Amino acid sequence: MDLQYFIELLFGGLTRGSIYALIALGYTLVYGIIGLINFAHGEIYMVGAFTALLVAGWLGYIGFPAGGILLVAALAAVAWTAAYGFTLEKVAYKPLRSAPRLSPLISAIGMSIFLQNYVLLAQTSDFVPFPDLVPEMPFLASLGDVMGPTDFLILVVSCTTMLVLVFWIRYTRTGKAMRATAQNRKMAMLLGINADSLISVTFIVGSALAALGGVLIASHMGQINFNIGFLAGMKAFTAAVLGGIGSVPGAVVGGLVLGIAESMTTGYLSGNYEDVLSFCLLILILIFRPDGILGKKQVQKV
Amino acid sequence: MQRIFKALVAALWFMVLCAPIMGLLLLPDGTASFRWQRLAVLGTGIFFASLLWQWYFEKKERGERLFGGKAQAEEPVHRESLLRNKSFQRISLACVCAFMIAMPFIPGINSIYQITIWISALIYVMLALGLNIIVGLAGQLVLGYAAFYAIGAYTYGLLYQFFGLGFWVCLPIAGIVTVLCGLALGFPVLRLRGDYLAIVTLGFGEIVRLVLINWDSVTNGARGVSGIPRPALFGCPMNMQWSTTYLYYMSFLAVVVTIVVITRLKNSRVGLALQAMREDEIASEAMGINLTQVKLTAFALSSAWAGFAGVLFAAKTSFINPSSFTFWESAMMLSMVVLGGMGSILGVTLGALILVLAPEYLRAFADYRMLLFGATMVVMMIFRPQGLVTGERRHYRISALERKGD
Repeated sequence: MDLQYFIELLFGGLTRGSIYALIALGYTLVYGIIGLINFAHGEIYMVGAFTALLVAGWLGYIGFPAGGILLVAALAAVAWTAAYGFTLEKVAYKPLRSAPRLSPLISAIGMSIFLQNYVLLAQTSDFVPFPDLVPEMPFLASLGDVMGPTDFLILVVSCTTMLVLVFWIRYTRTGKAMRATAQNRKMAMLLGINADSLISVTFIVGSALAALGGVLIASHMGQINFNIGFLAGMKAFTAAVLGGIGSVPGAVVGGLVLGIAESMTTGYLSGNYEDVLSFCLLILILIFRPDGILGKKQVQKV
Repeated sequence: MQRIFKALVAALWFMVLCAPIMGLLLLPDGTASFRWQRLAVLGTGIFFASLLWQWYFEKKERGERLFGGKAQAEEPVHRESLLRNKSFQRISLACVCAFMIAMPFIPGINSIYQITIWISALIYVMLALGLNIIVGLAGQLVLGYAAFYAIGAYTYGLLYQFFGLGFWVCLPIAGIVTVLCGLALGFPVLRLRGDYLAIVTLGFGEIVRLVLINWDSVTNGARGVSGIPRPALFGCPMNMQWSTTYLYYMSFLAVVVTIVVITRLKNSRVGLALQAMREDEIASEAMGINLTQVKLTAFALSSAWAGFAGVLFAAKTSFINPSSFTFWESAMMLSMVVLGGMGSILGVTLGALILVLAPEYLRAFADYRMLLFGATMVVMMIFRPQGLVTGERRHYRISALERKGD
């Protein structure tokens, strides 16, 4: 019986962790290219969840076939959120590219406050129920409580996405250009890489991943409000730092480790201190091993 | 023509971008409505904003000033400005002081409600000035300042609740407690800088708040501590109006003390070391500044001020709970410092007063307050990163050398 409980917790942690990993990838990609912590990334994720909710509601209203709603809503959320990410970079970060480090950071915090309140004012401050759109999956019934259809969907979608991303970065031209820019932007530009458009691509991809995470977690949790981005963003950032910020496999590993750790704490200790755990973990890693599990050691030069 | 086209494209882009969240509204009965008007207003706004944006960046690219001709390659070190005129400074300072002292007696604005607003504005001035030590002078981005504020407030609240200690005893104790907490946070994060430091302090702020919520047996959880008394004047009982006025004067005095102390600090050895560290850590270390000591001093001083402000806050509201000390509180204090002008005492004071008083007196904008804060932070960083008032650095003028150079 104990083992059953453990497996349930493990899968709960994996589900949660893969969402963290999806969002953490956005942080890590952006950090790798321009060395900026995109504070507004959590809000991008929230915008993704809201777009999916609204589009799904609208599709239901005009009588779209129920089976396709989730897919269309998710695609719309990804497209719109990618556009948000693109605009965010153009408005808030691009003019500050040569400014001192503190400026883009403050601008990012400002953008995060702005986006939250934008959704709050344009929609509502209450929790909104997210429609249950995931189809029944009869073949999961034998697994019992271990995994529901939503968890299954989350695991499948996030694993596929991450694999695609890893291959994309490894083998395509854009991916290679991205890695080159992350290593040395000046050199990459000298070799004819258009850094501006590459940065835009990074933001678009990161935001699309966050939107996907938003849609998945919203159908898992069943309700969203304008404030979900803050905590999710912090957790995902913890995951990114845990794995080593700037490293793509690191973000995945960090997300999974964090998800499982949280799920175990909730299951065996107490749910009250779940968030405290991740914040403590974040502080401890930053102090003792700022390069993370898979990160590279950074040497500061004068 | 090309500009107008660009602006049109931008307007269309934003209209499409905001279509789902601003346009769509789901009604509880399952129907949906679309709000075209809002999008039209947004599009018009973006059109003009985009024209302005282009105009600004074109000018900037040509190296011109915003108004007037070309920017000079080197700004003259001493500009004759009104702000720097000594007698003007003295007169305006005297006027402001006179107004602040007379304020509780000016009919029309001396209701308890108004005075309370001014007390909270003064408390925020203190907080912003305290945060300015670490963010403005030392250049360390701290995002969890509300945690120290909370610790100060809870020190008073809990010491009163459990031991019945009064305001004047708790004030120094809160100072000591927050200094210790500041050192406890400052010591491990010595090696971190920039964004990592920001995240760690943010995490610290959240941990403090979560502990306050969850440690039910001591802090009373989310229900908070209530019935905290106001300070007494030599044991005389006072009615509401008088005790509010008394607290107002105390806050005013506290702000004056803060301003004097920080002005002195800024030009002291420690203050200069802090500013040197802000400009370049490695170079300042090479010049013989003990970074550990200087950074810890900054943390300790800065958190002490938050502690004092916390005690005043607890006395003002007589009720505290964890929801007064969220991340938004920290973000608001940071925006006061940033908008006012990092490092400038006048600027930070103005920033705090504007951010607290503007939403109170412009009730129509109260809903949009945080939205405007966020937007202002971004816009400020792009167009005027130094804030309302430029932080002035002490500079020496060696006239003999200058003459030789001419």
